[in-house]
Amino acid sequence: MYSNKVNRLMLGLNNLKATSVSSVVRRAAAPRGLSWTTVCRERTQRLRRSAGLGMSGAHSASQSTLDSSEVRRFQPLASKWWDEEGEFAALHAMNDLRVPFVRDNLLSVHRARHPGKPLAGLRVLDVGCGGGLLSEPLGRLGANVLGIDPVEESISVAQLHSSHDPDLRDRVSYRACTLEELSEGEQGAAQFDAVVASEVVEHLADLETFAFCCSHVLKPGGSLFITTINKTNLSYALAIVVAEQLLRIVPTGTHNWEKFISPEELERLLESNGFTVQSVQGMMYSPLSGAWSWADSTAINYALHAVKEGHGAEDSSSHPEEHTETTHS
Amino acid sequence: MVGSAMACSLGMDPNLADKKILLLEAGNKKVMDNVPDTYSTRVSSISPGSATLLSGIGAWEHITKMRCKPYKRMQVWDGCSDALITFDKEDLENEMAYIVENDIVVVSIIRQLDTLSDNVQVKYRSKVVKYTWPMPHHAADSVPWVRVTLANGETLQTKLLIGADGPNSMVRQELGIPTVKWNYDQSAVVAVLHLSEPTENNVAWQRFLPTGPIAMLPLSDTHSSLVWSTSHRLAEELLELDEESFVDAINSAFWSSENHSELIETAGSLFRSALSAIMPSAGSPRQLPPSVAGIGPKSRVMFPLGMGHASEYVRHRVALIGDAAHRVHPLAGQGANLGFGDVACLTQLLSQAAFNGKDLGAIQHLLEYETERQRQNLPMMAAIDLMKRLYSTNVAPVVLLRTFGLQATNMLPTLKEQIMTFASK
Repeated sequence: MYSNKVNRLMLGLNNLKATSVSSVVRRAAAPRGLSWTTVCRERTQRLRRSAGLGMSGAHSASQSTLDSSEVRRFQPLASKWWDEEGEFAALHAMNDLRVPFVRDNLLSVHRARHPGKPLAGLRVLDVGCGGGLLSEPLGRLGANVLGIDPVEESISVAQLHSSHDPDLRDRVSYRACTLEELSEGEQGAAQFDAVVASEVVEHLADLETFAFCCSHVLKPGGSLFITTINKTNLSYALAIVVAEQLLRIVPTGTHNWEKFISPEELERLLESNGFTVQSVQGMMYSPLSGAWSWADSTAINYALHAVKEGHGAEDSSSHPEEHTETTHS
Repeated sequence: MVGSAMACSLGMDPNLADKKILLLEAGNKKVMDNVPDTYSTRVSSISPGSATLLSGIGAWEHITKMRCKPYKRMQVWDGCSDALITFDKEDLENEMAYIVENDIVVVSIIRQLDTLSDNVQVKYRSKVVKYTWPMPHHAADSVPWVRVTLANGETLQTKLLIGADGPNSMVRQELGIPTVKWNYDQSAVVAVLHLSEPTENNVAWQRFLPTGPIAMLPLSDTHSSLVWSTSHRLAEELLELDEESFVDAINSAFWSSENHSELIETAGSLFRSALSAIMPSAGSPRQLPPSVAGIGPKSRVMFPLGMGHASEYVRHRVALIGDAAHRVHPLAGQGANLGFGDVACLTQLLSQAAFNGKDLGAIQHLLEYETERQRQNLPMMAAIDLMKRLYSTNVAPVVLLRTFGLQATNMLPTLKEQIMTFASK
């Protein structure tokens, strides 16, 4: 029974991973008592049954956060990650907002001790890191970054790009795996000061598991940063019709409106997983200037900062940073 | 001067505290244990904006301790007519600008660099023989950074190369950046002057002769610096004159009215009375520049003048600053100030980029530097070039035009204030 479940968990991975699948199957089958992964899966099953339709109806019934169709969509784009004017230009531009967002919110909790490296000493997990677009700036600010992504080609690109910079070599590392795989076992728990999932939750199959795993790998009081797209008529009009089909800012088919989630829903989901949401900020992209800016409305894109309850909770309940700084547009 | 200021400015920025900065100097290290009694011939007019930058990097303190001369007023007048214009700060309280010898600026910056040896390294007597440029988004095995090969065989790799190598910049040429440039048919003769008698000497004097402007900039109560831009032939002649004749030439350039014609003189006084009828209290009294008695030793050098502007200041992982990006006529004393403006702007943008975790060589913030500085530099360069052309002739209509223009401007304090603000950045 357990091996079936493990198989389904691995379903979304690349075919090349066949050998590792079997090894994991073997591992899970060995008598180990109640491992965390089985607890996790049992919990999601129970939640799904008790919640009835609810919001989980919006997500596929698979056991993992992974959606295999998404993986297949990102594979051929792997070499394009670092072309600042190519398919991922908007993501490069988004760094102007999301890096300060992460940096300032972390600095409000952890005082910067090292001039020039404000995030020194902090361990950050970049979920769905792709080619490392966000991992590298965070690494340059001194953080110890682990970037994970299920698409192996993207991880290779990320590793190659960061290998050229001695500044990053020691601080930024990548692994081709899913969040669940990372959070398995004893060393999976409470390893990170911050988890960043930027432009990722709209590509996931199972948000409940995602939220649970994030909470598991975070230290108490650790921060979770999410940027994603709201599920509104406006976001359908702009993010799907205009961005993908008309202006081709984003490759067609990148997003599925069904998978978008509103900040209220996301907040509810996170709070039921032991998080306190500290701030939600709207973001807006201007195709004319190619730049992002903070917005009052969260109708299209938004950024969210949540903190895991725990010892560190007292410090992190201090006022979250106001993001009035405008980007270069 | 501008290159070492850049290195110092970057080295002192807290956001760049962990970056490794290397300054490559072609010459020897300039040391000055004691300020020499004699003045050096190459001087610069340092605007308040540049002084702020230099004080921010800790060099201004050294400069004021060594030697610098603030001046409070500037008088500019025409050689072909009586028109003149004076600039001064209200009530003569604050300095307009400072005259500092270039050597003193360099030495002060070097002294400051010596204290930054943790993150700034300087290699003297280093000559670059080759640059290898990076590909924008690189293939697997190409060079991702700029590679610099020195004459001694060393190769260096850098994320950002800043070219501050003067008007004939090798960096700019190797990049193939198209440059708008032309040579003025003028050379500047510079010298140190001994004044006939000590005076308060806090005025900068400039007279526009048809052959080119002659300027006397105060260095102390007894000494001034000469910058005489004139045709190549005249410049060579001036260098060959003996000291007495040279001094006579200078005095006559400032005092004589041989270029005046009756027509211009009558027209000039007519304009002046008309303008004073409209604005009776405006205008300022004409002052006479001090007369010169002798020149300093090891003095009298000439160098050619030209105009140059690089159409692009930046490329992927490269930025140009100072004379490498823009070269101007010395008539407005702005060359060094434009360079210091580049230093301040680029440092601020790089600091912000580092605080945002960006790769310092990324084109986005380099383009911002280019836009910002071109907005400042181009109007200034256009104005200087226009002035040079306007005053290079003694054809009557042009003289009348500029006479009237100068007199009118002299009577408009708000316009003068605008001009001074523009030049003080």
